[in-house]
Amino acid sequence: MRIAALVVAIVVLAAVPKFAQPYYVTLVLPALAYSIALLGFNLLFGYTGLLSFGHALFVAIGAYGAAVASSKLGIKSFELVLLLSGLAAVVVAIPVALLSVRYVRIFFGILTLAFGMLFHSFLFKFYNITGGDTGIRVLRPTLLGEAYADLDKTTFLIGPFYYYCLALLVVLGIAMWRIVRSPFGMHLRAIRENPRKAEYLGVRVRFFRLVAFLISAFYCAIGGVILAVNTGQADPELAYWTHSGELVFMTVLGGFASFLGPIVGAFAFIFLKSELMGATQYWRFWLGAILVLIVVLFPRGLVGLGQDLWNKVRRK
Amino acid sequence: MTAFFDILLGGVFHAAVLFLVAAGLQLVFGVQKIVNLACGSFYALGAYFGITSVNWAVSAGVPPSLFLLVLLASGLLLGLIGPAIELLLRTVYDRDEAFQLLLTFALVLMFQDVLRYFWGATPQTLGNYAMEYGKLSVGDLQVPTYNILVILASILIAFGIGAFLQRTRYGRILRATAENREMSQALGVNVRWMYTTVFTLGTVLGTVGGAMVVPTAAASLDMPVELVVEAFAVVVIGGLGSMRGALIGALIVGLMRAAAISWWAEIEMLAIYLVVIAVLIVRPAGIFGKPIE
Repeated sequence: MRIAALVVAIVVLAAVPKFAQPYYVTLVLPALAYSIALLGFNLLFGYTGLLSFGHALFVAIGAYGAAVASSKLGIKSFELVLLLSGLAAVVVAIPVALLSVRYVRIFFGILTLAFGMLFHSFLFKFYNITGGDTGIRVLRPTLLGEAYADLDKTTFLIGPFYYYCLALLVVLGIAMWRIVRSPFGMHLRAIRENPRKAEYLGVRVRFFRLVAFLISAFYCAIGGVILAVNTGQADPELAYWTHSGELVFMTVLGGFASFLGPIVGAFAFIFLKSELMGATQYWRFWLGAILVLIVVLFPRGLVGLGQDLWNKVRRK
Repeated sequence: MTAFFDILLGGVFHAAVLFLVAAGLQLVFGVQKIVNLACGSFYALGAYFGITSVNWAVSAGVPPSLFLLVLLASGLLLGLIGPAIELLLRTVYDRDEAFQLLLTFALVLMFQDVLRYFWGATPQTLGNYAMEYGKLSVGDLQVPTYNILVILASILIAFGIGAFLQRTRYGRILRATAENREMSQALGVNVRWMYTTVFTLGTVLGTVGGAMVVPTAAASLDMPVELVVEAFAVVVIGGLGSMRGALIGALIVGLMRAAAISWWAEIEMLAIYLVVIAVLIVRPAGIFGKPIE
């Protein structure tokens, strides 16, 4: 039943470029990117119980990785760009995680925020290396060795690139599903529920938190690469703390207690934001108001809301 | 020598304002255990409203030399939004920290557009009122009197808060509640009312800080999100929840920023974050913070 629903969802997403207007297709792309990033983010937040307010750092590393690889190093292959950016994120994440996982709760949040802002001010101020506030251009990559030189930018993005990213989401989604169902994932949940008890039972709490942090950084970087190719630009705003806040927003909007919640949240957020931006220049206010509603009334997010409604219907 | 004093004075001035905001943050965290991301928004609101108030007061016939009082009054008046926002925060006191942080993040988003709605997207400045008070000259040094007044006001407020927390009965009850909420509630403390007053006081510290800085700097929409990070740096360096920590942290951040701006502008904020991270590595709880488990 659930698998059938998932297959339907994937088929619908695959059919989007066929029947939707290009504008909406270009909206689905960032939603796919954030879905991947948030799958990783939620391994840390939902499953391990560590709220990072700085994970935009790794999204930005993915984006700048794509920019540096394509503009400066001349690497065209998208697979190679993904791999390099993901690895770069993991390498940066090692010292960040080593320091951060010594803390929990609010201290973890503040420390990750500080690291994110450290990277932001590096991107912003070191103009010669990073291009300052304008950032670096991201060139169009080749997909599996195919350049698609005859397609213009939009056709490329909503055509081959779209399907590539959708496939990436499915593959990384299945991988994450395996991770959270594995003994490793069980350990993480034990750590979230009661770290001290987990430790007494022999769980190496810090080590597991560290590994979860590294995996989340990798996923965020993959999301960042897709975002950057989509906009053709990597800029410092990607690393700003409000962007990290948006990541948390999306996750809670969808529901961090469920596996698919972050994906639902990413899609809901992107479309909500785009509709609000079209309707009013004060879209931030309404976005904030919706966040207040979610936090106060529906802390289990849209997925939780859906489950409650479903249960009510079934009982009747 | 002059350059050195410029840095010192600029740094201390910045620290004076930062201290106010950070003190509000500490107070609210100490008692309510909520890290308020919206403290920067209160600060920006204080700045914008300060401009409007002074312009209104001067056109209503108040002599321009009283503008500092008008600014203080406008900051205090904005404290009225404190109880309303506290009412909203009440819904999440017994929830996970993630929700508390997100709720204040939602406030940041909302205030961003409230500011845009009332004052527009272009940065606003208050006319040249700061020069009303002229300059003090010591030897060949020239110092705007206004900056000195703000530093003095901030010191006064710091002493006021210290005396309030240490010497008054309500201050003692407040510290007891911060230490153990259940126990003081069991002993008959009206915790609900205390949270309202504490949050309002925290709000006022932010709005007054914003109002006092506006004669020397433009109010812009970037103000809230930029200040939050600095205020965070202050409380992390000083230790979360500690008033002395806010003071020392503000001085460190203020002076470092002033020094970095005049010596090596690239590392301005970078240097501050590096200090934050260094402090967290060496002394996880900050300089005056209680050890964390």
